[in-house]
Amino acid sequence: MVAVALILAFAAFIVVSFARGQIDWTTTGEYFAWPTVMRGLVNTIWISVASMVLGIVLGVACAVARGSPNPVLRAVAIFYAWFFRGTPVILQLLIWFNLALVFPHIGIPGLWQERTVYIITPAFAALVGLGLNEGAYISEIVRAGMLSVDRGQFEAAKSIGMSYFLSLRRIIMPQAMRVVIPPLGNEFIGLLKTSSLASIIGFSDLLRNAQDIYYNNAKVIELLMVAGFWYLAVVSVASIGQMGLERRFGRGYASTARR
Amino acid sequence: MTQPIVSALKVGKSFGPHPALIEVTLDVMPGEVVCIIGPSGSGKTTFLRCVNQLERIDAGALWVDGELTGYRHVGGALHSLSEAEIARQRRVTGMVFQRFNLFPHMTALQNVMEGPVYVLKRPPAEARAEASRLLGRVGLAHKMEAYPAELSGGQQQRVAIARSLAMHPKLMLFDEPTSALDPELVGEVLQVMRDLASSGMTMLVVTHELGFARDVGHRVVFMDQGRIVEIGAPAEIMNAPKEPRTRNFLRTILRGEA
Repeated sequence: MVAVALILAFAAFIVVSFARGQIDWTTTGEYFAWPTVMRGLVNTIWISVASMVLGIVLGVACAVARGSPNPVLRAVAIFYAWFFRGTPVILQLLIWFNLALVFPHIGIPGLWQERTVYIITPAFAALVGLGLNEGAYISEIVRAGMLSVDRGQFEAAKSIGMSYFLSLRRIIMPQAMRVVIPPLGNEFIGLLKTSSLASIIGFSDLLRNAQDIYYNNAKVIELLMVAGFWYLAVVSVASIGQMGLERRFGRGYASTARR
Repeated sequence: MTQPIVSALKVGKSFGPHPALIEVTLDVMPGEVVCIIGPSGSGKTTFLRCVNQLERIDAGALWVDGELTGYRHVGGALHSLSEAEIARQRRVTGMVFQRFNLFPHMTALQNVMEGPVYVLKRPPAEARAEASRLLGRVGLAHKMEAYPAELSGGQQQRVAIARSLAMHPKLMLFDEPTSALDPELVGEVLQVMRDLASSGMTMLVVTHELGFARDVGHRVVFMDQGRIVEIGAPAEIMNAPKEPRTRNFLRTILRGEA
């Protein structure tokens, strides 16, 4: 009881302080649905979704390569995860964005060539940087999911004549999903927020656009509050989506209680 | 002369330094029910897994349905078959596992349809009709929409038998199909196997059910320490085993049952 009272009192104190503090809540309200903010929100969402898709594709490929009998594939997969997990995302983003310093031109020799700065826009650098980094983490998650599936499932799939890839697609992955979805949802939620690092390379995400506004009007905290609210809102929606997915892939495990 | 469905010639297999199979030679003729008995670690399950190529043999040769398994003769040398070719060879045999290994994310009906639809590429409607007929045959017409977790062990094993039959195998392999079951559920699975045997299916059964081996088996193989010790008609092996090891084993089993 005492603990609850203390917590409530502390929460009330925080709320009151912010309500009375030097925050111009009217400005926050005014910029709440400002076009620049909305554009940033849309950019944050699509870059997160696109990076996640890229990450899942790379992560699954990498996890499958890790389980492959081919030692070269295994080594490549291990190296990939080691490299991208071993360096900060922000460093990776900066390297991608500044790739033009290393390769002023890119293209297919003799066929087509373009100046690197035209190709590697902030959006492109953000997508590749976040996606590659995400793939390294997702590969570990997917691998853990595959390991969680009973060996007997592989054997049963083989015994009805399935090839390795067909059994992965039809039997192993759908079961691994059950284990993979919760941490994958976590990754996506993390990514929604990590994508704000792309603001550093000039990608117009939610945070960057909020900053652009306060560079002009000096309403720093007010606009950070706007951005904070939208991050919370998007993450909340993503959490609900995650619950739905978990239910979908829990088929056959929840038994009768679910139906 | 009919050719055997399974023909094993001096098959050897070892796991590291430990030999699991030593010079196992056995022919199984079409329509025959052969039961393999023996103590645990005698190599009987390993032999079954070699027939289905879940394990690769190290020595000797193994033909299933007239085809050399796992290898191909090219100009006097043996070459390993590709994964796809091994998958094709496996389709001749159906396998029923001790622990059922049903696909837990699919209903009974989907479990049975999976192979026909995705491996044999049969139209789903047709596969569904046959799957429900097969589930009816194993007495589970009322459980088609149930997930494995909603079924008893005996029911799961019957679904697993239907799943194998859906691939139209020429040979059914049973790896201790009743060992993981509660005693009161053993009977229903053995009944399905009896029906299958009387329908003329060729069966290779690893089992501890001596009653089943005696009633249904055409021949009984006794294995110990990776070798076939004795092969004979069930009555011969059960009532008048020639080898002392067979006698010892039967005595231990019967004492356990009493």
